[in-house]
Amino acid sequence: MEVASMHFRERAHEKLHDAQLQASLAKFQGKFVPARKTAITELDDFEGTRDAAAAIRQRVLDDLDVWLTIFDENARARGAIVLYAQTPAEINDLVLEIAQRHGVRKIIKSKSMVSEESALDHAIEAAGLTVVETDLGEYILQINDYEPPSHLIGPALHKSREEVATLFAARHGTPRKDAIDELCLEARAVLREHYLTADMGISGGNFFVAETGSVVLVTNEGNATLATTLPKVHVAISGIEKVVPTLEDVATLMRLLPRSATGQSISNYVDILTGAKEPGEIHGVEHMYFIVVDSGRSDVLASDVRQALRCIRCGACMNHCPVYQTIGGHAYGWVYPGPIGSVLTPMYVGLEKALDLPFASTMCNQCGVVCPVKIPLPDLMRKLRETEFRRNLRPWHERFALKTWGWLARRPRLYGAATSLGVRMLRMLGHGDGMILKLPFGAGWTDERDMPAPAARTFREQYQARAQIKEAK
Amino acid sequence: MRVGFFVTCLVDLMRPSIGFAAIKLLEAGGADVVVPPSQTCCGQACYNSGDRADTIALAKKVVAEFEDCDYLVAPSGSCSGMIRTHYGELFADEPAWSARAARVAAKTYELTDFLANVLKVERVPGDYRGTVTYHDCCAGLREMGVKAQPRALLARMDGVRISEMADAETCCGFGGTFAVKLGEISARIVDDKCRHIVTSGADAVVLGDLGCMLNIEGRLRRRGDATQVLHVAEVLSGVIPDRF
Repeated sequence: MEVASMHFRERAHEKLHDAQLQASLAKFQGKFVPARKTAITELDDFEGTRDAAAAIRQRVLDDLDVWLTIFDENARARGAIVLYAQTPAEINDLVLEIAQRHGVRKIIKSKSMVSEESALDHAIEAAGLTVVETDLGEYILQINDYEPPSHLIGPALHKSREEVATLFAARHGTPRKDAIDELCLEARAVLREHYLTADMGISGGNFFVAETGSVVLVTNEGNATLATTLPKVHVAISGIEKVVPTLEDVATLMRLLPRSATGQSISNYVDILTGAKEPGEIHGVEHMYFIVVDSGRSDVLASDVRQALRCIRCGACMNHCPVYQTIGGHAYGWVYPGPIGSVLTPMYVGLEKALDLPFASTMCNQCGVVCPVKIPLPDLMRKLRETEFRRNLRPWHERFALKTWGWLARRPRLYGAATSLGVRMLRMLGHGDGMILKLPFGAGWTDERDMPAPAARTFREQYQARAQIKEAK
Repeated sequence: MRVGFFVTCLVDLMRPSIGFAAIKLLEAGGADVVVPPSQTCCGQACYNSGDRADTIALAKKVVAEFEDCDYLVAPSGSCSGMIRTHYGELFADEPAWSARAARVAAKTYELTDFLANVLKVERVPGDYRGTVTYHDCCAGLREMGVKAQPRALLARMDGVRISEMADAETCCGFGGTFAVKLGEISARIVDDKCRHIVTSGADAVVLGDLGCMLNIEGRLRRRGDATQVLHVAEVLSGVIPDRF
């Protein structure tokens, strides 16, 4: 996907003034957050389960090469072909090679965020093939000229029912329907045709299971089940970090994934797909491929933000983020929005292209406390802030202000003198009600709020004066 | 009991009354309060802006200033959280400092936590009368576990009634330099907070961090709303500045 993260500020401004989006965000706010809150009470030991899940994911990352090798061996033993993509472009090349090998004309896809990284659909269409997204959200975005997703698990949650109704009527050439169930049935009728005529199905992969060589797919619509079993070829694409050691580990993670994501105890469908159909078997595809994607992940593994690779893509961090709640996902400018995106995007596309993202957080740590695998997201954003500072990527006036403050705060006498002068000047800016309406160098603050003016003298000054009076007595 | 009082730079510069209010509460609770005169800033602004070198220098300064005290208490969840939960990480390469920082971190408390759980105060000197709503500041809540303590202390005041707002645990949008760097987003977040405060019907919103207070008060006034914004120490002590 094209990177627009360098325009975060401008895009956020736009989104803050998009009435339609704001209405959708307000509606969304009442859904996943309260649902999760209720769902986690079903577990006897939610925090203990979180600890276990974090440990499983960290164990994988600590020996990722080993687990990948085990996965590779077991997947091959079950008749699958395992391929590796180093770059986004390689994902697309591999998919097109597979398509060519099997004479594929039409491809159906269930949800894959990794394929968004490489803009796979565009590559497929450029090669003259047909591709149809079958996740309802992704389908809506596809027929709306490939609008980018705005959320990990609800890619079209920025869209209103009315927008979808208008879109369906225009694209399907059908009478406009306003009821949600009617719209769903219409999409289903359109998609059914494609399931039955596609030659190849592409899916993402929530987990790659090392001990069995399987891919696990977690969905609600049943589309992944159809897309990965009806065509003769199935290609599962996911990142190298998605491997987990055992099915038992999957069970532990599944206690948290749907609950953290949508507040469901379990998703409507959980597919565990292993290998190709063997002679005499009735079920399964004829050819099964895995495309295991690096695309920046081993660099993350080698960095000081490696814990971000524990992510199981539930979306809880963005659901609970006050910044995401205010601007939605598109402002972040790439595949992964919200706090996890503010860590992954700079790592995957380059920090220079996403300078604002590590700063797009109040550090309130709501993301950190809801993350089912305990990724310390604010700490990781801070690590990236440190990298920006170290590499001189911050504006000069910001660096100057910080350095001045740091220098001054180490020199108590000078600090005392400078701050007592500073507060007097600041106080003069205050109006009768004690509010400053416009701060020099602080328009970001005072454009939309006042700044309460300080008292006449600092605490240090007043405390010293009181101490002297006490002594005199 | 020698309690080192860390006033925090923001209280020092912007609202000194909070510092005196806190000292009054600590002394009323039986603590022997000392205020190291060379104290300045805990380093959090530098820390969250990626300036690690200055953060480490300021952290060492705080550690040296307070290691002789039995406790370090600050009228801020954010600054006490910085010291208790983040100083350790700063000295991974300096074992001697790491040990010193760990000792100070272990005895660092947010004010209401200290009053409720260490001093175990039964009575507070304040005489505020009115309905208040309590905003849970992020670091106090999520780093220091401050939630029940301020409410329990306020509940001991005869004239105070608590009316909880919706989403009291949601961030006010301050975020330190975030409020200036991405001021437009910050202002929208605090606007939601103000709405919940006003809807609670309280005479005052009470909280434990001055940064959040400046943000909330600034937005309330710009909205033309006169709801008081008070630090929990001010309410508990009765030391409320003249401006109100």
